[in-house]
This record gives sequence, structure tokens and C-alpha cells, in this order.
Amino acid sequence: MPEFDTLISARDAIRSKQVSAVELTRRALERIAQLEPRIQAFNSVADERAMGRAKAVDAGEITGALAGMPIALKDNLCTSWGTTTCSSKMLENFRAPYDATVVKKLEAAGAVIVGKTNLDEFAMGSSTENSAFKTTRNPWDTDRVPGGSSGGSAAALAAGMCVASIGSDTGGSIRQPAALCGLVGLKPTYGRVSRYGLVAFASSLDQVGPFGRTVADTALMMNVISGHDRKDSTSVPSAVPDYLADLETPLKGLRLGIVKEYDLASGIDPEVKRAVDAAVAMYKQLGATIVDVSLPTTPYGIAAYYVIAPCEASSNLARYDGVHFGHRTKEPVNDIIELFSKSRAEGFGEEVQRRIMIGTYALSSGYYDAYYVRALQLRTLIRRDFDNAFSQCDAIVCPTSPIPAFKAGEKSGDPLQMYLCDVFTVTCNIAGIAGISIPCGFTAGEKPLPIGLQLLGPNFSEEKLLRIARMYEAATEWHTRRAPLA
Amino acid sequence: MAARVCKSYKVLVGMEIHVQLATHSKMFTGAANGFGGEPNSQVDEVVLGLPGTLPVMNKRAVEYSIKVGLALGCQIAKHTKWDRKSYYYPDLPKNYQISQYDLPLCYEGEFTIAGEDGQPKTVRIRRAHLEEDAGKLMHEAPGGYAIDHSIVDLNRAGTPLLEIVTEPDLSSPKDVATFGQELQKLVQFLGVSEAQMQMGHMRFEPNINVHITDQDGIVHKTAITEIKNLNSFSVLERATAFEIARQLREWEETGSLGKKSTYGWDEASGSTFFQRFKEDAHEYRYFPDPDLVPVEVDDAWLATLKAEIGEMPAARLKRYIEALGLPLADATLLAGDHATGQLLDGAVAAGASAKRVANLILSHGRRIANERALPLGRLNLKPGRLAELARLIDENKIAAAEPAGKVLERLMEQDAPAEQIATELGLIQSSDTGPIDAAIDALIAQNPKSLQDYRGGKQAALGALVGMIMKGGKGLNAKVVQERLREKLGQG
Repeated sequence: MPEFDTLISARDAIRSKQVSAVELTRRALERIAQLEPRIQAFNSVADERAMGRAKAVDAGEITGALAGMPIALKDNLCTSWGTTTCSSKMLENFRAPYDATVVKKLEAAGAVIVGKTNLDEFAMGSSTENSAFKTTRNPWDTDRVPGGSSGGSAAALAAGMCVASIGSDTGGSIRQPAALCGLVGLKPTYGRVSRYGLVAFASSLDQVGPFGRTVADTALMMNVISGHDRKDSTSVPSAVPDYLADLETPLKGLRLGIVKEYDLASGIDPEVKRAVDAAVAMYKQLGATIVDVSLPTTPYGIAAYYVIAPCEASSNLARYDGVHFGHRTKEPVNDIIELFSKSRAEGFGEEVQRRIMIGTYALSSGYYDAYYVRALQLRTLIRRDFDNAFSQCDAIVCPTSPIPAFKAGEKSGDPLQMYLCDVFTVTCNIAGIAGISIPCGFTAGEKPLPIGLQLLGPNFSEEKLLRIARMYEAATEWHTRRAPLA
Repeated sequence: MAARVCKSYKVLVGMEIHVQLATHSKMFTGAANGFGGEPNSQVDEVVLGLPGTLPVMNKRAVEYSIKVGLALGCQIAKHTKWDRKSYYYPDLPKNYQISQYDLPLCYEGEFTIAGEDGQPKTVRIRRAHLEEDAGKLMHEAPGGYAIDHSIVDLNRAGTPLLEIVTEPDLSSPKDVATFGQELQKLVQFLGVSEAQMQMGHMRFEPNINVHITDQDGIVHKTAITEIKNLNSFSVLERATAFEIARQLREWEETGSLGKKSTYGWDEASGSTFFQRFKEDAHEYRYFPDPDLVPVEVDDAWLATLKAEIGEMPAARLKRYIEALGLPLADATLLAGDHATGQLLDGAVAAGASAKRVANLILSHGRRIANERALPLGRLNLKPGRLAELARLIDENKIAAAEPAGKVLERLMEQDAPAEQIATELGLIQSSDTGPIDAAIDALIAQNPKSLQDYRGGKQAALGALVGMIMKGGKGLNAKVVQERLREKLGQG
């Protein structure tokens, strides 16, 4: 097991000069070189640039809360260096001329970005199998997927190739891979973190967020990336608390909600159910009151999500037409329409095309009211459900994913089965609230697989959610386990 | 079967007008809202629609649009939003345009013009909404070189564009053109657009049809056709006239009422040409832009904007005629230009006579503006100084003609008291009768013949005498000279 593989331990080791930034970065890059053939987490590795920044940290030229920290970045965040591919053939050679706001904040805090990680193409998927380039493997069992769409960022961290990583979450794309890889993953409240420079999938649902090995690591990352951004009108101009400040203080009078409708949801793996029930019991031991809450519109969450997200995606992805940037067909074309359609047919993978077609259909006149408008009405109802629930509890507790990591190829032929992986995560994005996944156990067997516990809280409850998560983490040891990699 | 005979017809024209707003930056990003320059030089990552970029609303553009809405008597939406209008075209980087669909910023107004028949003509405004302009597709290289492909210039992309839509209340080509001209003056008055037609700051799209009454009294309504992208008033008038005649002719010759379609204008042949049927219209797939937040317009904001607009041209014209007593022609010129009106009002507020100031602006000011090819409103005159000059004339200290013009010209460059400038230029005149009488006496002594001529009935001789006195003694008030001379000659 590599030394200093959590963010906080690495930070402290650098501060106390136990290790240099160059040494830490070199180890991360070596780990990538060693394990990448098996894990396939990275689309690109920025070794030279990373070493350059690490040297600058050691020379005292770069300082900050993340000085010298090797961090991996999901490859749908624009960087003014290297490529930003979204794991799509469409953007295989795309070089952004600017840095995403989150990238600016990370680097201003001294982070050393080691590379950009694989994802489901344009963040559409739950297994990272929809990448145009590679299928990322779960470090706990390389026959299995790491979850998705931020599977590369999750696998890279779980494999010790970095000390923290950044993903994006549109319907569970941080929390579900965090659960499947045994990590902490936080989906911030919509508007907490700037989306500027995040290549859009579904604008009203997308949020950038961190993966950490521990709750404290995740809190530190949130300290750095949160905040208002003039360049993102949907980012919220409220003050960012210090998420680390009160992290160790347990929440008094904690009330946790159990959702009636979730209990009835079919398809929950028995081992997942057992682990989550045990986690609830642990919270009781820690003094929490458990209350039953109801989210009656829950059964429609997936349906609403798979209208809203494809509608927005069909519009957001319209710009990839082979004219201004991105893939352009080399086939002969007769007119501009043929140039558009051939370029798009060649540049986009199957799942992306499926969602563009669903969205285009649902936004067309005659269908708009039946689909998009009704989905927005559901969105209002889902928000109201959560408001009601949060008047009775501090946070909702439930599984993150109904199942542990599945085998590569197992679901890739069946989009509906794949969509059901998001059953507990999508409503959080639809309502815009905060959600976190923390490790809460493992499956039995030769190759134990991590299980994730999800905590959902109201808007801007990140500070509270992290404290609630930390209460459980402090009482358990799941977060100390490491994937069995040589 | 009897031939079709058009006994009478009624023309219905509604207009769509695009006005580019003269904000410093573009509609949704800080890139310069400029024209000219190298192709693709007025762009940034947002204008280019690069992946990951997000729009941020230009508040000034919203304010400019609200001002136009207020000036057109529109309701201003308390709550509005931005929508994406989707269509694929290479000059549209995102392949959607950020626009406003069902909640326009301004709606239900009206605008009155002087109709062709001399009667006021009120045109109802259906809506005015704000959107971003597209780029330009060029089929030849800069410099006019032939190329085998098209190139895209995105300098214009993202320019704030106000689209004003009227009801079909216009009924003649002349009125259509007048409407366009009056609207141009209005946006110029408000200072929200340069509205230079040749620059494409304003583009007009008349929607035209005719209601034909045949010999049996049956009414036949032709399908509406829209002529795209007209950017001169002359073309607007001629294209509308051509299209009316074309629809009438088509019905008379074939009985066809046509189909809803769009036409273009070909200046070379002076005719409209068919572009496409509206049934092939795009499916725009409008939906609210999730990257932008809704716009809330509160009463305080509206009040501020109303105060900024101040008096509207029509009200100002009325006041100039009724309260200031200016003649219609002068009042029209002065009220039609915001800056000129402010100059007049400022000078009057500083105590000058309105008529005197109006004369100064419209005689000397206009001459200088013409000489320097400047708009009248850009003379760079301070109202207080203009009032001082007016007072010098009223007090007979300077002649209203050429000398006042010289002082006015100097006041454009130099901010100094008018009297000081007039003194420096040696233009202050004396109305003191002492030196004037002395000069007259001297002249009479030297020119007894002129005296005889005058007394003999040659009134014209008076002018010559005044001229001689003015030549001999600098800085005398010609008027006083004339008065005294007449008096003295009459006496003798």
C-alpha cells in the first residue's frame, strides 16, 4: 500500500517535509505507469507538466491548500493544456484555449494535475464502458466496471494513482462510481461549484464535485472548488463555509430519514440492503433518531430524468457539427446537411446518439408539452417531496447504487438495465440538492466489492452532510481498506 | 367564365425589425461588440461556442431594450427568461440561438407615424424581444477572391439584437418606409443603437398580403409573404410595392392566392424572388436555456430607466411649440435629436431666450455641422456658454449674424465665457450713441452728396451710409447706427 495515499496525509507529509512534492508526484506517475495497463483510468497523463509544477511547489513558487497534491481530473473539464476529449471521437483532438474555473481554483491552490481521466462519452453512462477510447476497470476486481460516468476519476483514486480526484455528477456520476470503488464522492448543491469549463451534458443537472478517500479529504477539496463564479450565471453567490472546521463535531439530535418508497424498490441486492441497514443501525448507536419519510414521486424520478437530461443534451451537443471544431467527416459530402450528419454519425457513440435522438424528439413541437413540460412538472413535485422530507429530518439515508460493481459487458447491451443503476441518485440532481456517498461495507466472497451509503441533504447542506458522514466514518473502518492491487 | 376583376383591395403589412444594440460588449459575454476588424477578431471562447463555455447576460442590453419598449408604449414583462432556438447553420456556432420565445421582454405597444394620407397612423406593436445575432457566412475571401468553399466570420455573432414585431397595421409601401424611418429616429434618440442602415444595424422584414374584393363583392385574401433582410428605406418601399403588385397580378392571372412563403429582394432586377414555403419552416425546438437565470424587472429598475429616457420626442415637440413658442419646422429639428434638444433646454434653463438659442443652433450650428459633416447633436457646445452668447445678442453686444457665428465656432473648442471670446475676437459692438453720432456727423460733413440723395428720396442711400460708417468706426452696433442716421437725416 502506497504511503500518504489520502489527501490530508499527503498534505501533512509535505508540510512536515517528510516527502517532497516532486517525490509525491513521481510516485503517483509511477503508480499510473505501473497500473494503467490494467485499470485504464486515464485518457491522458500530463507527466512533464505535473513534474514541473511539483518542482515549483518544492521551490516555494506555488503554495496553497493543495500544494503538491497529485490530483486527477475528469476529461470533460477544459484545460488550456493538453486535450479535453470527453472520451468522444468527436473531441479526440480538441484543445481548449482556456481553463475551467474549477481547474483554475485547483491550480491556484497548488494542485498538481497528473492527468485527465476516462468517462462515459460526454458523461452519459453508469459504467465508463461508453468511452470511445477504453473501458476503465474497477481496482477491486478488474473484471468489473468502476461505475460511471466519472469511472476514470474513481478508479484512479481507488488505485492510488492520485490522492483525490474531480468528477462531474448529472444523475449519479460521482456518487455511484464512489460507491462501486469504495470512496467518498460528493455531488454539491446545484450552483455551489462553477460549471464554467465543464463540457455540458445536461446543464440544469450537471455539477462538478470531488472524490476523496476520506470525508476530510472530500471536505478539503470542497473548500477549494466551491464558490460563486461570474462566468456561471447559475452559480450561487453565497459564502463558502470552511468544510473542515467543524468536521469532527458530531451532529447533536441528528434525525435521519428512511424513504418508504426506497424500501419497496425492487432490484436492491441483498448484500447492499444488509450493509445499508447495518449503517442505519450504527447511526442509531451514535445517537441518531430514524424517521420514516415519504418521497411519493420517487417512482417517476428515472422517467423525468431520462426526458430532461436528453432534451438538454440534444441542444448542448448540437454544436458538434464538424464545422467549427471537433471531428469532421472525411467522406465526400454534397451539402452542409450531409457534412453535419456524417460528422455527427461518425463522431458520436451509440449511447450519445440515442440520447440526442430522444431529446430531439421530446423537444419537437407536438411532443414538447407531453414530455418536457411534464418532466418539469415532475421536477417541481420531486423538489416539493424533498422539502417535505427535510422538514422532518436532517438527511435522507439510502443505498447509493442498488447493486455493487457489475461485470464489464454485463449491462452494456441493455440501456434500461443500465439506467436503473441511477434509481437512488437521479432525484438528487433533479431537485438540485446535495448528496454524498460513503463506504459502508463490502460484499462477501473472494473479491469483496465495496458498497456505498448515500446521504442526501437540502440545498447547501454540504457542511452538515460531511459532518454526518464523518460521524459514521469515525466509527467504522471501511475507508481504510484498499483495493488488492500489487 | 368571367375574368377575375379586382374592384378594390386592401393592403396589410406587418413588420419584423431587427435592431442591433450599441452596447460595449456582446449579449452574453464580455467580448467587444464592435464592427470591422479582421474576420473573427471580435470573438472569445463564448462567442465561438466552445465546449464548456456559458453565457452571462448583458444587463445593459436588457436596459436598452426596455427603453425601446417604454418608448413604444409597451408593457414590460416583470418576469422573463431566455430560450434556445435550435437550427443548424454554420454561422451559428452553438447551432442554437439564445432568444426569447413565449415571454418577450416588451409586448403590446403602439407607435404612431404620419401616414401617407396626412393622418396619424397608429401601428400596434405585438412584441419586442432580445436575442443574440448570428455570424456571417462568406462565399468569397476578404478582398473578393473566389474560393471553392465558404468561410465563417463570427465578428457579428453574439451582438445584442432587439426584434420588434408589429401587427399588420401598415397599408401602403410609403407608410412602411415612414415607419422604418421613424423607428430609426426613435432608437437613435434613445441612444440604444447607431441604427446606420448601410452597416446593417437595422434590418426590416415586411410581411405582406392583400384582401382583394372582386366584381361580385367576394373578398379573396392572399397568403402572407415575408421579404427577408431589407436594409434601406428605399428598398423597403420598393420591395413592398413590388410584392403587393405581384400578389395582385398572380391572383388576377391565375386565381391563386399563393402559399405562405418567404421572398428575397434582388436589387439588380428590382424584384422579389421566391425563397421557400413556410410549411418547410424549421422545427426550432424552443426550450428555456438552463445556463441562464430568469430576468426579474422590478418597479425601481423601470423607474430608473424611465428617468433616463426623460422626455419622449413627441412630448418634447409639443412643448417646444406650445411652451417655447418655436415654429413647427424649428421645433421638429430640435426635438428630433436628443442631444440637440438637451442643448436647447439647457441654454433656456440657464436663462436664454428659446427663440434666440434655437436660431443660433439652427443657423450657425447647422452650418458648422454641415461643414464638418457632424450630426447636429455632436457640436460639443455647453448649454451655459450658448446661453451667454444668446444674451450678448439680446443685449446688442454682438451682431446675431457672422460675429455670433464666429463666437459659436470658437465655443466648440474653448470653454470660456462667450463675452471673453467675443472680446478677444474683437466682435463686441458699441451701442453708445456718443461715438456713433460723432461718426455720423463726420460722414455727413465728408459726403454731402449722399445726404442730398437720401433727402431726394433715394432710400437705398441709407444702406450705403451705414456701410461707410461701419467701415470707418470698428465695433459699432449697425442697428443703432441706422436708427441714429435716420433720425439725424430726418431732422435736417
